[in-house]
Amino acid sequence: MNALLLILIPLVGAVLAALWPDNRTRPRFLPAVGFMHAVLCFRLLAAPPAVSPEAWLGFDPLAAAVLPAVSLLFFVCGVYAVPYLRIRKERPNRVFVAALLAVLGLLSAGHQARHLGVLWIATEAVTLAAVPLLHFNNTPRAFEATWKYLLVGGTGIALSLLGSFCLGYSSLHGGGEGNLTFVALIAQGPGLSRPWVLAAWVLLLVGYGTKMGLAPMHTWKPDAYGEASGIVGAILAGGVTSVAFSAILRIRSVVNSAGESRVADHTLLAIGLFSMAAAALFLLGTRDYKRMLAYSSIEHMGILSIGASLGPLGVWAALFHVWSNSLTKGALFLSAGNIRRAAGSPSLDDVRGMAAVVPRSAAIFVTGMFAITACPPFGPFFSELKILGAALRTSHGLAAAGFLVCLLFAFFGLTRVVFAVVDGRPRRVAKAGGKRFRETLGLIAPPLLLLFLSLWLGLFTPALLQNTWTAAVAQLFPNP
Amino acid sequence: MIPALNLLIGLAMGLNLVALGSSRLPSLIRTVATQGIALGLMPLILEGSDLDWRIILVALATVAGKGFVIPGLLKRAMRAANIEREIQPFIGLVPSLLLGAGGTIAAVALAGALPLLPEHAGSLLVPGALASVLTGFILLIGRAKAISQVCGYLILENGIYLFGLLLIKATPLLVEAGVLLDLTVGVFVLGIIIDRIQRAFDSLDTRKLTALHE
Repeated sequence: MNALLLILIPLVGAVLAALWPDNRTRPRFLPAVGFMHAVLCFRLLAAPPAVSPEAWLGFDPLAAAVLPAVSLLFFVCGVYAVPYLRIRKERPNRVFVAALLAVLGLLSAGHQARHLGVLWIATEAVTLAAVPLLHFNNTPRAFEATWKYLLVGGTGIALSLLGSFCLGYSSLHGGGEGNLTFVALIAQGPGLSRPWVLAAWVLLLVGYGTKMGLAPMHTWKPDAYGEASGIVGAILAGGVTSVAFSAILRIRSVVNSAGESRVADHTLLAIGLFSMAAAALFLLGTRDYKRMLAYSSIEHMGILSIGASLGPLGVWAALFHVWSNSLTKGALFLSAGNIRRAAGSPSLDDVRGMAAVVPRSAAIFVTGMFAITACPPFGPFFSELKILGAALRTSHGLAAAGFLVCLLFAFFGLTRVVFAVVDGRPRRVAKAGGKRFRETLGLIAPPLLLLFLSLWLGLFTPALLQNTWTAAVAQLFPNP
Repeated sequence: MIPALNLLIGLAMGLNLVALGSSRLPSLIRTVATQGIALGLMPLILEGSDLDWRIILVALATVAGKGFVIPGLLKRAMRAANIEREIQPFIGLVPSLLLGAGGTIAAVALAGALPLLPEHAGSLLVPGALASVLTGFILLIGRAKAISQVCGYLILENGIYLFGLLLIKATPLLVEAGVLLDLTVGVFVLGIIIDRIQRAFDSLDTRKLTALHE
């Protein structure tokens, strides 16, 4: 019941927000619903409910291992949204607020989906619900980004449906009765038809990988993150990508049970390393600090994919990394949003010296950059260290070396852009409408809080979370 | 039952090639609509005598959505944008036809290599599905006008629907979920129409969508 509430509360909130008449007070729905969702989510995390194996939706260990991070990120972004939408008075926010809440509800459904079809429906619905978010700024550039997002994302989602069909057919061909819950598919295991399982794995990896933003299916990401507002970027990078990642994990456990774990591991490792390398190269070239965040997100999706390929230890580390990446990325996106508002441009050609204009946001941006490039003692350092440890322990020395080289290049790329934005003498700032951007508490506290959460996650990884990740790994690898 | 079904799938595969060869948008939209209606009739033939209300519902929704609603929206978008032809596609008409024909042959060959249940062995469902997915990709990549790309997406989706027919008895829910893909198309087209009203996207030529790059 509580698990269903996680889905229903945001959806009801979305309907209410769509009906709410006042543009000024409507954004308050975001923190209110976010708070209820987070409280419920963490209560479920502390006292996990029993999930019947037949259930199509349920707060199972994998959902418990990822969904609270999304919920926490959404709540903090919701708090940030209230002052943010106040300075964006010129844009009506009815569709924006309703769509954002719908995205939260559908993400909760996607994380809790224990049925192949339900998982696909939730992911498809998230894709569509995010469209108005990208189009919020209503500029031709935002339209271009939305069009590309729909075209690439729509193709990805279509391929994942085809992959789901193939997996369904493999079960049917192996004598299954058409029960497509993951539990039933894993139980059928070796009875699944191998050629169809392999076809399904490729299509599903490409399909959900598109949603996650793995290279070379990442092309929508820089455009979408570059043109969307900071909140949307944070939710997409920390929430939507994680639902695609947990989808890949669930499907991978089916492929494992069919006896094709080697193929799955090799493809995940290859696509992960390729994503990291591609992202690192683009990071060295980009001249736009919001697109930079998109490439950094691609890099971290690559890290997750590598973690997922390294057996139980690696998956544990990857779940840790989902948390540290979501929270740190959130801080970066929100502070970059502040800088973007103050500077009036996302390009290095127009922006410099932001440390003098918006000192607090710039400080968070720089610290967040060090956190995301795995400087101790923030969360990403420890989770990436765990992934490296898993790689060495499973004797993937070459992969570990490639991983480190990519991290190094990404570090060069990120520091290059971030210090170009922060240092130097500021240009004339008053261009953007003549009104100066003020760093109010409401715009500074949320990213700062996310940064502290990332620090706290690194220094004192709570035993509760560690146990949940262990339980999720046990769910994904039922017979080691 | 299988011969009648194969006839319809063959028609759909032929329509793929017609779509690849047409440069005028109205005829492209008509082709896609005809294919959608042919696809919508298939579950009825496949089930034959024992018709379930859910399957009738799927058939009706498919015929209405793919055959009438989406083509209607596309025509409206086309009139709003005032364009009739696909001039200078990225991949020319003749090369795309050749690619499509080659793809169809490859699809038949590939489908022979995949193991099928005995009741599906004689049907063209798998080759038809693969060929349509390929055709859809060629149109998505090879055409510059947004409306042609949407038609390509529709054909891609039709291919997936064809594949879904293999599963319609065992897991109707998964197949019904495919209707949501039509919703995606709806969003595409509405996007075009809304944007036309706001005049941000003048010629519907995706070649002009190049502001965002490295």
